[in-house]
Amino acid sequence: MNKMFSGLLGWVDDRMPVVSTWEKHLSKYYAPKNFNVWYIFGVLSMLVLVNQLLTGVWLTMSFDTSAEGAFASVEYIMRDVEYGWIIRYMHSTGASAFFIVVYLHMFRAMLYGSYRKPRELVWLIGMAIYLVLMAEGFMGYVLPWGQMSYWGAQVIVSLFGAIPVVGDALVEWIRGDFLISGITMNRFFALHVIALPLVLVMLVFLHIVALHEVGSNNPDGIDIKKNKDANGIPRDGIPFHPYYTVHDIFGVAVFLFVFCTVIFFFPEMGGYFLEHANFEEANNLKTPEHIAPVWYFTPFYAMLRAVTSPFLGLDAKFWGLVVMGGAIAILFVLPWLDRSAVKSIRYKGWISKVALLIFVISFVVLGYLGAISSTPGRTTAAQIFTLLYFLYFLLMPIYTRLEKTKPVPERVTS
Amino acid sequence: MKKFIIACCFALFPVSVLAAGGAVHLDHIDVDATNKASLQSGAQIFTNYCMGCHSARFSRYERVADDLGIPHDLYMENLVFNDDKIGSLMTIAMTKDHGKQFFGAAPPDLTMVSRVRQPDWLYTYLRTFYRDDSRPFGVNNKTFPNVGMPHALLDLQGVQECAPGPLAGDAKLDTLTGETIAEDPCGSLEVIEPGLMTPEEYDQAMYDLVNFLAYTAEPMAEDRKRIGVYVLLFIALFGIFAYLLNREYWKDIH
Repeated sequence: MNKMFSGLLGWVDDRMPVVSTWEKHLSKYYAPKNFNVWYIFGVLSMLVLVNQLLTGVWLTMSFDTSAEGAFASVEYIMRDVEYGWIIRYMHSTGASAFFIVVYLHMFRAMLYGSYRKPRELVWLIGMAIYLVLMAEGFMGYVLPWGQMSYWGAQVIVSLFGAIPVVGDALVEWIRGDFLISGITMNRFFALHVIALPLVLVMLVFLHIVALHEVGSNNPDGIDIKKNKDANGIPRDGIPFHPYYTVHDIFGVAVFLFVFCTVIFFFPEMGGYFLEHANFEEANNLKTPEHIAPVWYFTPFYAMLRAVTSPFLGLDAKFWGLVVMGGAIAILFVLPWLDRSAVKSIRYKGWISKVALLIFVISFVVLGYLGAISSTPGRTTAAQIFTLLYFLYFLLMPIYTRLEKTKPVPERVTS
Repeated sequence: MKKFIIACCFALFPVSVLAAGGAVHLDHIDVDATNKASLQSGAQIFTNYCMGCHSARFSRYERVADDLGIPHDLYMENLVFNDDKIGSLMTIAMTKDHGKQFFGAAPPDLTMVSRVRQPDWLYTYLRTFYRDDSRPFGVNNKTFPNVGMPHALLDLQGVQECAPGPLAGDAKLDTLTGETIAEDPCGSLEVIEPGLMTPEEYDQAMYDLVNFLAYTAEPMAEDRKRIGVYVLLFIALFGIFAYLLNREYWKDIH
């Protein structure tokens, strides 16, 4: 049996690089041995991606893409399809889980300087994934055709109308209609289930290829390839398989415990994962009192609403759009803003630590402000935290260069 | 690590409910999908008093009968008044256009109303109709001012009228007597013409009705929790072995 198997493997390997790929990416991919808990979110992102792809396939089997039938078909899945509700809750909870793990994954990179040379491309591809993920999440949210699906789409799509000259034509082109309609939903469906997932999977593939070319960073921000033994194996590295695979299996179990707790006991998550108003069918004649995007977009929504005055003859909505776009765009150039002599927060000075803390607080507070209705006081708060968000990046070249860093050890610390 | 991840998730736990609400005080109830007697009573009220105008078009009679433990023949005799089959969706004959003509706004489908409005709101709303001769149907509602709906349960509750009471959400106490100051001329409601039910019976009936609507909003909720327990137990067990396997591999790495 074993002989037969190795014979088959040999036959395939002569025609396709199975063994060398396995070795390059798993059994002889040397990862630093000092990964901590922050390093679980990459593999969890992939797990959630697979969850979304699989549950998504089954959801499309019963989903009706017409404006008249979409809402009812979701309830059909929830009630009449055997265990359809589990699949639907896995998908809806998975969407929020995706953003949770991706945000924590990105935070890890910021914490330990994983975006620094030579991993700039890994970061850029990762940012592209984040961008596509936002589009994917937005379009997916429109499909159940509830009140928030409809009015959320209305608000977001109409933002493009703030662009001078071409705005109105652009909005009409995106919607494919004079208002958000079944036509809009159908194109969002096509993009959500085919185009964007394809792009997402390809980008994830490239993200990993690029990562494995340069090797993983670690909490100390040390290049483990600088210190190799006689066989050319990094002294601080261990093969990804089996060491990190068994590590990750345990991490996956912990994640699934939390994930399933939400699916089975708090599927609406208090109105954050599934908004209450979205259990009412879309009605283009009835604007909800309070339109809020799903929680993962709320920090950017708060920034959009924080801009209240027109400038250079262009209205506030346009500048809100610019600020919102800028908040995401500035993340792309992060590798070139950080001028510190060290990568990891462990060896950076106190200014970097305080700055990162302010950044995290700003992001969370903006997320909260974006979820609740605005008042003049809250708008002022949103303006302050938007400013702090941008200052974290804009001042980074200065404070990372000025501050005194600690010496980085030769070998990784445990 | 487990503690940490759980902490992360709880940090993202809702700080407040997103639904926008006015300053109306809502009476709290705990819905209970295991209380079959309450659900059956609620189904009866819903069919007799609500389904004239409101559909539950995502729900099927058969599912309701099975989940509530009502035999199909009994259900068909007492709770289905038209030619529908037991497997039919709970639709109504009144069209949206007619509804709009009759009431100014088409009566909404109620299958998921408890997920949209939440049970506390419904329970309060159904008990806060009061006499207001300026309205087309002679009634208004404290929870949903100027609602187009007439008081369909009037013969059960009787006629309520405004009475002085504290301002909603801003009750002031008299510093001398310690009693609340009745600043709002419509701060409370009192029954002036009794209906078929006493106020206590009516409250119980409305609890049953809301309980039923909470059930129709998510009929699988009990299944979900039951299966969830087994899923979590399995993952926990799997997690223990995953942990031991991990420890075995890593014991020599320093």
